Amino acid sequence: MEKTLIVSKIKNGIVIDHIPAGKALKVLKVLGLRGPEGYRISLVMNVESKKLGRKDIVKIENKYLSRQELSLVALIAPSATINVIKDYEVVEKYKVTLPDMITGLIKCPNPTCISRKRNEPITSKFYVLKKEKIMLECYYCGTMISGEEIEKYITV
Amino acid sequence: MPFAFRDVISILDYSREDLELLFETTDKIRELLGKKSSLNYLNGKIAALLFLEPSTRTMYSFQTAVYRLGGKALVFTSEQATSLAKGENYADTIRMFDSYSDVIIVRSKYEGTARFVAEIAEKPVINGGDGRHEHPTQAMIDLYTIRYFFGRIDGLTIGILGDLKYARTIASLLYGLTLYNPRKVYLISPGVLRLREEVRRKILERNLPITEVSRLDEVIEELDVLYVTRIQKERYPDPIEYEKVKNLYKITPETLTKVKENFKILHPLPKIDEIDPRIDNTKYAGYFQQAKLGVPLRMALLLLVLGLWG
Repeated sequence: MEKTLIVSKIKNGIVIDHIPAGKALKVLKVLGLRGPEGYRISLVMNVESKKLGRKDIVKIENKYLSRQELSLVALIAPSATINVIKDYEVVEKYKVTLPDMITGLIKCPNPTCISRKRNEPITSKFYVLKKEKIMLECYYCGTMISGEEIEKYITV
Repeated sequence: MPFAFRDVISILDYSREDLELLFETTDKIRELLGKKSSLNYLNGKIAALLFLEPSTRTMYSFQTAVYRLGGKALVFTSEQATSLAKGENYADTIRMFDSYSDVIIVRSKYEGTARFVAEIAEKPVINGGDGRHEHPTQAMIDLYTIRYFFGRIDGLTIGILGDLKYARTIASLLYGLTLYNPRKVYLISPGVLRLREEVRRKILERNLPITEVSRLDEVIEELDVLYVTRIQKERYPDPIEYEKVKNLYKITPETLTKVKENFKILHPLPKIDEIDPRIDNTKYAGYFQQAKLGVPLRMALLLLVLGLWG
C-alpha cells in the first residue's frame, strides 16, 4: 500500500500523517481551513497504517503550522506526525505534542466557571494532565475534559 | 513564613507543615483570647470582604476575626453590589478594593473566582468559597476541630456523609485529609450524589484510603468522626427517590446507639433537618464547637497571611 501514492508529492508545505481514521476533516476545521483561504489541500481517509490500523493523511501546500495550530492538531489527533516539506524533500519530521498548559483554545464545559462569566477580562486555561489519551483540567474550576468531548469545546 | 502574602485559594496549595503552623498559631490565639477578648495585631489594617454570594457564617466569622484583631473590615455583599447589578464586572470591582485594602476575602457562586481575583489583585486573596469548587478555610477549621477533639488526625476513621457531589466543603476537606494519614475515609451518599470525577482523581492520586458506601448504618460503629452535610431535595431528579432515601441519611439518637465512646459529629452549618436537634446537647455534637473555632482559626490565618505573626 505504502508503495502506491494515492496523492502526489507536494513541493512545499506540510503533511500531517497518522491522524486517527475519520478525523481529517476535524483537523482541517480546527486549523480554520474551509477552502476559501486558497491553500491546495489533499486529504486521504481510512488508508492502512501499521501503527493505527487505519489512518487519515492531510497534505497542505505552502502552509506551516504555528505553535497554537500544533496544539489544536494535537487536541484532535494526538498521534499525528508532521512532515515539513521543502523542494519535495522532508526537511523536518516530528510528532505533535501538547504544551503543559493550554490557554484560550477551549471553553470550560462548566457553565458556572468564572472563565465563562461574560464581560470579564479572562481567558480559559487548562492543565494538560495526560497528553496521549488527552485529559485536561480547568485551571480555574477544576472541571476535567477528556477524549471525544474535547472537540465540542474548541472555540476557534 | 509559608503563608506571608500568599493567596489561599485551595488547601492543596499548602503542606501539612504549613497547616500545623496554622493550627499552632490558632492554639496561641485561643490562649490570648482567653485573657483578652480583643487583640490589636491588625491595628490600621483593612480587610475587604467581598461576598458576592449570600453567606452568613463565613462572612460574620471573618468579620469577627478582623474586629477581634483590631482591624477594619470593608464588607461588600451581594445585596450591596449595586454597581455589579449595573453591569460592572468583577475585575473592576476587585481592582478598586485591592487599592483600598490589605487583604481580600472573596466568595462567589462562580467556580474559580478566587483564582481569578488573585490574578488581578496585588494583595493576598483568601477564598471564602467559590461555587461548588472549594472552601479551603472551612476545611482548615474542620481539620483543626478534629485535632481539637482527638489531638491528631492520623489514624482516625472518618465518615463523610451527604452531598459529596456539590458540597464544596467536602471537596476541600478531602483534599485537606490527603495531607494526613487517616486510617480510613468512608464516603457515605446515595449513588446520584457520589464524588465528582475531578475530586476523586485528586484524592486517589494522593492515596487517600477512601471507601464508598451508600448506608451509614454499615459503618457507623467504626467511625471516630462523622462529617455531615445536607442532602438537598432539589438535587434529586426524582422526588420519589428522595423520599425513599432521605431517612437513611438523617442522624437521630437511634442512629448513634452503637457509636464509639469518643465519637463526634461535625457539620459546616447551617444544618436544617439532617441532624435531630436532640443530638445537639449530647457529647457527640461537635459542630457548635467547630463553628466557634472558626473565628480564632481565621484570626490566625489573617495574621499569617499578612506576615504579622512570628
